[in-house]
Amino acid sequence: MSGQTPALRLEGIVKTFPGVRALDDVSFDVLPGEVHALMGENGAGKSTLMKVLGGIYQPDAGRIFVGEEPVVMTSPLQAKGLGIVFIHQELSLAEELTVAENVFLGELPRKSFGRVDWARLHARTDEILGKLRVGFDARARVGDLSVANQQMVEIARALTVDAKAVIFDEPTASLTDAEKVVLFDVIADLRRDGVGIIYISHRMEEIFRITDRISVLRDGQHRGTVKTAETDEEAVTQLMIGRKLDLSRNVSHHELGDVALEVRNLSCGELFQDVTFEVRRGEVVGFYGLVGAGRTEIAETLFGLRDPSAGEIRLDGEAVRIHSPHDAIARGISLVPEDRKGQGLVLGMNCRDNMTLPQVDDLKAGPFVADGAEIAIFDQYRDRLDIRTPGWKQQVGNLSGGNQQKIVLGKWLSMHPSVLIVDEPTRGIDVGSKAEIHNLIRDLAAQGYAVIVISSEMPEVLHVSDRIVAMFSGRVNRTFTSDEVTEDNLIQAISGLSNDKVA
Amino acid sequence: MQAGTLANYLRRGAIWGFIVLELIFFSIAGEYLAITDKAFMDAGNMLLLLKQTAPLGIIAMGMTIVMVNGNIDLSVGATFALAAVILLDSLSWPFMEELGDWAIPLAWTFALAAGGVLGAINGLIVWKTGVDAFIVTLGAMLGYRGLVFMYNGEQPTSHLNWTLVDFAEAQFLGIHTATWFLLGVTAVIWWVMNRTVHGRNAYAIGDNREAAVNAGIRVGPHMMINFVIIGFLAALSAVVFYSESGSVNPNDGELYELWVITAVVLGGTKLTGGSGSIVATFGGVLAIQLLRKGLAHIGADTSTVNLVIGLILIAVLFLDKQLNIRAKEELKT
Repeated sequence: MSGQTPALRLEGIVKTFPGVRALDDVSFDVLPGEVHALMGENGAGKSTLMKVLGGIYQPDAGRIFVGEEPVVMTSPLQAKGLGIVFIHQELSLAEELTVAENVFLGELPRKSFGRVDWARLHARTDEILGKLRVGFDARARVGDLSVANQQMVEIARALTVDAKAVIFDEPTASLTDAEKVVLFDVIADLRRDGVGIIYISHRMEEIFRITDRISVLRDGQHRGTVKTAETDEEAVTQLMIGRKLDLSRNVSHHELGDVALEVRNLSCGELFQDVTFEVRRGEVVGFYGLVGAGRTEIAETLFGLRDPSAGEIRLDGEAVRIHSPHDAIARGISLVPEDRKGQGLVLGMNCRDNMTLPQVDDLKAGPFVADGAEIAIFDQYRDRLDIRTPGWKQQVGNLSGGNQQKIVLGKWLSMHPSVLIVDEPTRGIDVGSKAEIHNLIRDLAAQGYAVIVISSEMPEVLHVSDRIVAMFSGRVNRTFTSDEVTEDNLIQAISGLSNDKVA
Repeated sequence: MQAGTLANYLRRGAIWGFIVLELIFFSIAGEYLAITDKAFMDAGNMLLLLKQTAPLGIIAMGMTIVMVNGNIDLSVGATFALAAVILLDSLSWPFMEELGDWAIPLAWTFALAAGGVLGAINGLIVWKTGVDAFIVTLGAMLGYRGLVFMYNGEQPTSHLNWTLVDFAEAQFLGIHTATWFLLGVTAVIWWVMNRTVHGRNAYAIGDNREAAVNAGIRVGPHMMINFVIIGFLAALSAVVFYSESGSVNPNDGELYELWVITAVVLGGTKLTGGSGSIVATFGGVLAIQLLRKGLAHIGADTSTVNLVIGLILIAVLFLDKQLNIRAKEELKT
């Protein structure tokens, strides 16, 4: 195999962002006709590497070769022109257009006077669809297709160029088992045609089923490449986790109180099913799982943003129905949302107004907003959470991510909720503030709050949680106490392996 | 540390700078081009200008709060006309005529209530159906105008009540009645937007609706209240104006919505919501009225006036965009 020229080769790629070395001397290649898995935890550098390959980021150092040729890519279009194509997890299709129009979007074949050459367009599209052996034709409207078939349209789009390397980013996240089989057939066909394939996934089972080699990234560094046939899940997991975590695992050090929140057989359509768990006062329950496993949707249901299709929510033993965030807040449930800027903050408003937003109405004096009372609350939580801002008049949009997150936390803490749900508490926050927010969450539990932490970062979940709920495709796969959980069994639980297989 | 201070300052003060420029320009140009030999910056002329600003200005205050809230109301011109018809027509109803001058407050109440109800209908539809306010009020603009024509066909509706005219033409401390109404409305809406919970929440909803919902704010009622406010103010504007003129044509108030939006946008309120100021809107309506009056003063005709205002609006928004970009870049450094 070493004699072959790789379809795509990276050599010593370095990419740094302020404060972070996202990619540190990463070398990597994919041979023609090979399926090469790229694995790593969230934040290991996979996305950055893909953006470098896609021409979105320029590497600070290192070289990229397509075949024998060194290339410099400055745009996604150029990457595609060189035969590097991406199949993204999130689809980007124009639903109102036909399959053919989507496949050749931006490069429709033309006749004189700028007219579209429909005959050629449909013929070429059908030819590509034939290769993919799909059950729809070039004239179908994309919006009418299933998600799996829409993904096939994305793949068809990739095949309009003479692809040298195709990169699949978590392609099976929204596919059923039957649909996966079709996808794997397509990948097998591509490899037979001599295309190099980079396959990014967390799902061990798939990785071992279809790949030839596995490369693992951790903390922006390339930790090793192994032949799939010569390794096993445990060894790969070891590579991904590598070191013993330097974060001391949290152990419960205070008495737990009564059950504050009890969820029984909660379902919400396709999003999650039959979810059961409870949270006690003084306890932090972590939710861990892959993107799309249904964690955020559970939080949104508890907060009244979605209506459950079945099941029961009990607060302090009493069954409740929550129809809106307004209800949820009135019952003492608070949500620190995943997307801080989009869902949590009013960026054009100042710090104080953001912090008191849910309670201006409670604070008012007659018809007036109560400036003094609001400033007092802001001052109290600025000191308590150590929010660094020149003053309450500062616009929230001008603060750092960590301070913004503290404003959101302060907003809810000043309401004294009984259940605090924190979705991705440290996304986009620098390392120092991360530790502060982790400590804060532990403190809150010690003060008797019932806390739910949803996170995609394993060290974070392990560090802050008393118990961990591992989710896989909309279901609770396993619940761990902090004594039982290990990185190995957690990663396996969220990859869809059943308990007996873990043991 | 304070990011984008210069750009912010420029943006906030821009409308007043523009007004000063207009005053200087028309005063100087007036010296050479004016058709009358009266100075442009004459006190009487300026007071008259304020009075003429009132009809659009009163509605613009409502439009500001609606736009800050993230909505828009295109039906204000039609609401204005319908309220005027109700005002004048109700005065000639037999039982009203028997009341003598006591009919006046009653007629006002009818007109203002009608405005509030029309606004409430808009608000309710936007709230309950979730259809975009632009579409809902576009429909309402046509529908309400239809009601005006149904009322009296193509005929003007007239009723001259001299008590009413005297009231409307009165001057208190040298300032006309209409101007007092404009100043009063400006003060009240400023207070609503800056000092009340409703105002605070209106900004929050317009800036980031999702975050507002997540903070437990009930978005619908707030939007509804704002539509009632603007409907009421459109009617108030009609009451102030037609108390004096005494006759309304079914086409009156056409294009008012666009003039009002122009003034509000000139004042710096964002079409996307979340940002805007009542004081700047006041500047916006003044600037437009100054421009109209000033151009007339130097002998330009109406079509020229419209062309110039259109160009200035685009120029101002372009400038605003540049300043916004500058502010963002200052933020990054």
